[in-house]
Amino acid sequence: MINYFKLAYRNLGRHRRRSVLSGLALAMGTALLMFIAAFFQGEMRSSMETTLRLNTGHLQVQDSDYDPDKLSVAWEYLIENPEQAAAQIEALDQVQAATPRLMASGIISIGDESTGVQIMGIVPESEANDPYRNGIVSGSFITADDREGIVIGLPLADALGLKVGDSLNLLVNTADGNVDEQQFIVRGIFTTGTTAYDKGVVFLPLAKAQAFSGAANHASLIFILLKDREQADAVKAAIQGSGYKVETWAEMNQLLVFVNDFSNAYLTVINLIVLGVTATVIVNTLLMSVFERMREIGVLSSIGMKGRQVVALFLAEASMLGLFGISLGALAGWALSAYFGKVGIYFGDLGMSSDMLLNDRIYTILTLESAINLIVTAFIITLLASLYPARLASRMEPVEALRGAQ
Amino acid sequence: MEVAKLTDITRVYKIGQVETRALNGVSLSINSGEFTSLVGPSGSGKTTLLQLIGCLDRPSTGKVVIDGKDATNLNRNQRADLRKSTIGFVFQFFALIPTLTAYENVEMPLLLNGKTPSERKQRVLELLDAVGMPDRANNRPDQLSGGQQQRVAVARALATDPKLILADEPTANLDTENGEQVMEIMKRLNKETGTTFVFATHDPRVIKYASRVVTLQDGLIVKDTQG
Ligand SMILES: Nc1ncnc2c1ncn2[C@@H]1O[C@H](COP(=O)(O)OP(=O)(O)OP(=O)(O)O)[C@@H](O)[C@H]1O
Ligand SMILES: [Mg+2]
Repeated sequence: MINYFKLAYRNLGRHRRRSVLSGLALAMGTALLMFIAAFFQGEMRSSMETTLRLNTGHLQVQDSDYDPDKLSVAWEYLIENPEQAAAQIEALDQVQAATPRLMASGIISIGDESTGVQIMGIVPESEANDPYRNGIVSGSFITADDREGIVIGLPLADALGLKVGDSLNLLVNTADGNVDEQQFIVRGIFTTGTTAYDKGVVFLPLAKAQAFSGAANHASLIFILLKDREQADAVKAAIQGSGYKVETWAEMNQLLVFVNDFSNAYLTVINLIVLGVTATVIVNTLLMSVFERMREIGVLSSIGMKGRQVVALFLAEASMLGLFGISLGALAGWALSAYFGKVGIYFGDLGMSSDMLLNDRIYTILTLESAINLIVTAFIITLLASLYPARLASRMEPVEALRGAQ
Repeated sequence: MEVAKLTDITRVYKIGQVETRALNGVSLSINSGEFTSLVGPSGSGKTTLLQLIGCLDRPSTGKVVIDGKDATNLNRNQRADLRKSTIGFVFQFFALIPTLTAYENVEMPLLLNGKTPSERKQRVLELLDAVGMPDRANNRPDQLSGGQQQRVAVARALATDPKLILADEPTANLDTENGEQVMEIMKRLNKETGTTFVFATHDPRVIKYASRVVTLQDGLIVKDTQG
């Protein structure tokens, strides 16, 4: 047996710098793609988790006529006596938390400054409010029987110069279409890590929010978190009833689900583009090698080497280049992803729509599956790329090859 | 015994509209044990003829029989197989593989012929000895002189013990002393092993070694002298 790898190794060593450079091109491509994949994965997971955690939950029960964009507290859009229903739902096995929430629109004003906010009436002790409770940066979270306390987000507090203990004036659109107004005292300031969210939401205890907006005994929705979000359809079927609707996270976040589903296709396109570019480097290197070694190929062919053996010779070179470049790249890509998976990449408030919330900091996530996928794809593309120069070499008539460099 | 028999060979090269008749009806029979020299002016068709005998190329018309087998219409792979087992080549340029040592260069045809490691080792050492290079086995071509490289090339051509060795101007790039040395080696191997040699040359100092001299002119054999 001819040891093709020995020959390939020596041939690559003939132009060490060229071989190393094309290996590095492959390494850079691989590392870049691995990092992009990890970034995408991190971004998609962050936006999915953030949006579900803060915005929609896994399931919501709403009045049949409820429109989440309107923030109306007119009774016809609300559900009555939500506590009881929430308690029943929470008793289900698959459910982690179910809690009523009242959404109203309001305006905060301090002196001459005023800003529109979404008022959220919540049952403070519910587990579903952990992201806010755990995000308190000063003061404390709201309590159920607080009649004049409010919790606001950090960006809002910064913008309005509010500290814990300060009071603010809050205007609300009431159920009967009027406005009401009251002084509240800032009890706590929270951050969820998503500026786009934190700057627009304030919390009141549910009872106070109901009284303030004239929506006594009503809530806009029951916010439900499941132990496993894949159970959403099953639980929806279980709690379906007349007079209200149940929406799953997938229904409420169609854009996000769409983007998520297509991110894989999108990644594949990016992979093919980048690997296509690195493949041309490989093709180029091997073509140079073929043209330089024409006479040598002619000699080998004269002493009886066959076309497929010549192909094997060049495939061996390509796979050694690939092995070197791709493993180096995979190592670098893994290191990058691991590093930014720890420290994250800060983007701040990207001003995304509230349909798709993103954490201000994105943590890269490299899955074993995407790493292996990428490594295998890169290797296959390298081999495919080398096929053209290899076949070119193998198809030369020995006489032509022998004359080639004379 | 005929090692090679060519009958009514023509070889026409076509470049665009221009046709060159490199060989114009050549018949030639090479017998076992011959040490034949092809001579003639530049462009007379020596290399072309050698390539046809060596099955590196195919004639435009005519018939080529090598070692009793009709090689005229063999495909690429079949020709490669025939070359591998029956024919050895020595070129004007010292056609060693630059990344391989002298030893590995001589070993290559044996590898292609699927010889076992022990067979290979024995044969390579024997041959390097025969061409007077036993101590240069581990040198790369760039560490050898032209004459030494050509001796390794001769050893490689002999490796599989082929019936026929074809050499195209084997001394053209060597000084007189080295040229003579390489010719002496080929002549000695021809005598000792009975291997048939055909070489193309311009070099009158080389022609004196030949047992037969075939003279080409304008693609035709114009003279064929034995002894
Ligand atoms: N591949 C080719 N394409 C076109 N013409 C060719 C080709 N090879 C050889 N010829 C022509 O065929 C003729 C014979 O060439 P060949 O190389 O056989 O001559 P030669 O006797 O070996 O010459 P030299 O002594 O210079 O090596 C020449 O006219 C040459 O130009
Ligand atoms: Mg010639």
